[in-house]
Amino acid sequence: MNFRTFATFVGPSVFMMLLFIAFPLVSVFKQSFYITQPIYETVETETCTPGFLTQTCVTEQVSQPKLDDDGKIITRTDFVGLQSYRNVLEPERAWRAISDGNWNVLSTINFWKALRFTLTFTLITLPLVVVCGLGIAILINNAARSIRGPVIFVSLLPFIITPVIGVLSINWLFRGDGILTAMMEWWLNRDIALFAQAWTIEVLMMLYRVWHVAPFAAIIFYAGLQTVNQDSLESAVIDGATRWQRLKYIVIPHLMPLIIFVSMIHLMDSYRVFEEIVGFSSQGYVISLQWLTFDYLTPDQAGNRSISRASANSMLTMIGVVILLIFPLRRTWRDHKGGH
Amino acid sequence: MSSRALRQPVSLRLTSNIFLALWCLIAAFPIFWIVVMSFKSPVDAFDSNALNVIFGPATLGVGKGLSLLDIILGIAVIWGTILAATKPLPSMVKSYSKPGQEWFGWLAGVVVLLVGFLLVFFVILPVVLNVLNPLFGPLGRDILGLTTEHYKTVWIDRGFSNNFKNSLIVTTGVVTVSLTVGTLAGYGLARSGSTLAFWILIVALVFRALPHSVLVAGYLPVFINSAEWLAPILGENAPTLYGKPFAVIAVLVAINQPFTIWMLRSFFQNIPAELDEAARVDGCSHFQAFRRVIMPVMWPGVITTGLFSFLLAYNDFLVTALLLDAQNQTMVPAIVGMFNRETTTTDQVVAVAAAVSITAPLIFLVLIFQRQIVSGLTAGAVKG
Repeated sequence: MNFRTFATFVGPSVFMMLLFIAFPLVSVFKQSFYITQPIYETVETETCTPGFLTQTCVTEQVSQPKLDDDGKIITRTDFVGLQSYRNVLEPERAWRAISDGNWNVLSTINFWKALRFTLTFTLITLPLVVVCGLGIAILINNAARSIRGPVIFVSLLPFIITPVIGVLSINWLFRGDGILTAMMEWWLNRDIALFAQAWTIEVLMMLYRVWHVAPFAAIIFYAGLQTVNQDSLESAVIDGATRWQRLKYIVIPHLMPLIIFVSMIHLMDSYRVFEEIVGFSSQGYVISLQWLTFDYLTPDQAGNRSISRASANSMLTMIGVVILLIFPLRRTWRDHKGGH
Repeated sequence: MSSRALRQPVSLRLTSNIFLALWCLIAAFPIFWIVVMSFKSPVDAFDSNALNVIFGPATLGVGKGLSLLDIILGIAVIWGTILAATKPLPSMVKSYSKPGQEWFGWLAGVVVLLVGFLLVFFVILPVVLNVLNPLFGPLGRDILGLTTEHYKTVWIDRGFSNNFKNSLIVTTGVVTVSLTVGTLAGYGLARSGSTLAFWILIVALVFRALPHSVLVAGYLPVFINSAEWLAPILGENAPTLYGKPFAVIAVLVAINQPFTIWMLRSFFQNIPAELDEAARVDGCSHFQAFRRVIMPVMWPGVITTGLFSFLLAYNDFLVTALLLDAQNQTMVPAIVGMFNRETTTTDQVVAVAAAVSITAPLIFLVLIFQRQIVSGLTAGAVKG
């Protein structure tokens, strides 16, 4: 295939990705150094109230946004350098908190709070997803052939459901005196409020994520299990290997590429954790990096969006993505060079 | 498992099946539960006693319920429909439709079956049961509280059908455009071993990992002010892109593009390159070979990728919530709005009913396309 044909085939797709992914990235990078805000002017106003003999008049200085001829607010865009990053990171306060060893203060700064949760969430759910996925795959593989189809159907449900709805459905089971909370209260014989402190919400979020992603991992591992070499399994039995040893020395090494693949996808996706915050409406206790950007982008009561802070926060989030991707990309690059 | 050495003891198989049943319960329970809740009056739906939620005494109290007879006949009708869909329908479609136009036969068959089911289930059955229930004494007495009023509230009073229409526009647009653009690119990338192709794929992988909010932060200012900067090109009637479904379609297509081209590429790689070489020898251009020889054997891959594009567009909350205004809102942000705004339990149950309404099509999707979804999941993974 010559370059011309290749370009015709790939062109539209590359164009869309450049226009809607690469260009926004560059513009976000630029926006993070600028601040757009309305120009305020100070106006001297005299308010008079009727009084006896003479009016009582008060003159005061009021600052109000300047309007143009159409009655729109005039805005001005200034280059502010790293100011937005400083607003997001609050380095002085954070540094003081770290040097004092006072973690509570650090967690009052949104960015650090979000970063802490995003990282814990990603790192705790990763092994859970892999282990649960592998477990379910082995269980399905053990089951009789006739029930595998229905079981896979049921297993796909948590994966296919709209994430926000999935979170809400878990939320409704636990909120207030939801039936599962009631069941736990009856069992432990004490009052439980799952949405009154951060850690219980975090546990629920992780449970939801594992419930949501484990089927995906399970399907992929199940496909991998079909190709395990039966002869080597059999010879392992004859050599006296226990089930556990067979799993450890034959099945898992065979599935290793798939385990790496699932972990990669899961790392990328759970680093973007967002729907959980919305569905559990946990913003008062727990927030994530992507939710923080979303929050800056949502208009506040005056209808303003803090685009510049959102951009700075996005750029900081990106650093994490880059770190996440360095290792797999280096490996792919090496494979590519080796392949040619 | 045929080998004797690998046969498992009964106890192990039993434990394994018990755990599998447990997993199925965990997987299905939250979804099953919101379905149950959506049919109950608020008092029952949020009762802390599970049995009260299932049997709904308060819902029964207002005189809305099903008798044993209702349940039996209802299940019989549903079962009959399933039987009709699995056995006679495929054979009738095969025998009546012209070869090559089987999809049309399927479409007609499914529509007929669906209309028939709705007619019997919602029109004929209630009339028949109204007559039968009093005749059967205890069998005809209401035992299970059930009400559909929340669905009526959602779809009629709250204008959810409008959100549904918007979702339909966005998802149809996304699936069509992203498949058109994606198949071309996937084919090009699968058939070219150049370094450029490799780099495009790598960059696509990096794009796949981007949090979507980062991109939206890039679009928002541009979209809000688009009337100004488009004015030199389009003149007076330059549109404001913010709040327009077609702008969201473009955005979602682009966001989905990295995933689409990776998946389609791996499907195209499964088709032997000899096939297009043969077509080329017979005098086809690259494009003709693609259209006449490759596409006809690519349909399974295209359908699978289309399913995943559909899921992305249908399930998206972040992009649609930020880029669409209230009139053009799609279903998912609308439900979140309902859930966050309302405080009374009635409104909560209405939100539950909306959530079930949005989940039902997905469940049917899995029912019909289970094989394609599984093959799509594994295609990406096994090829790396």
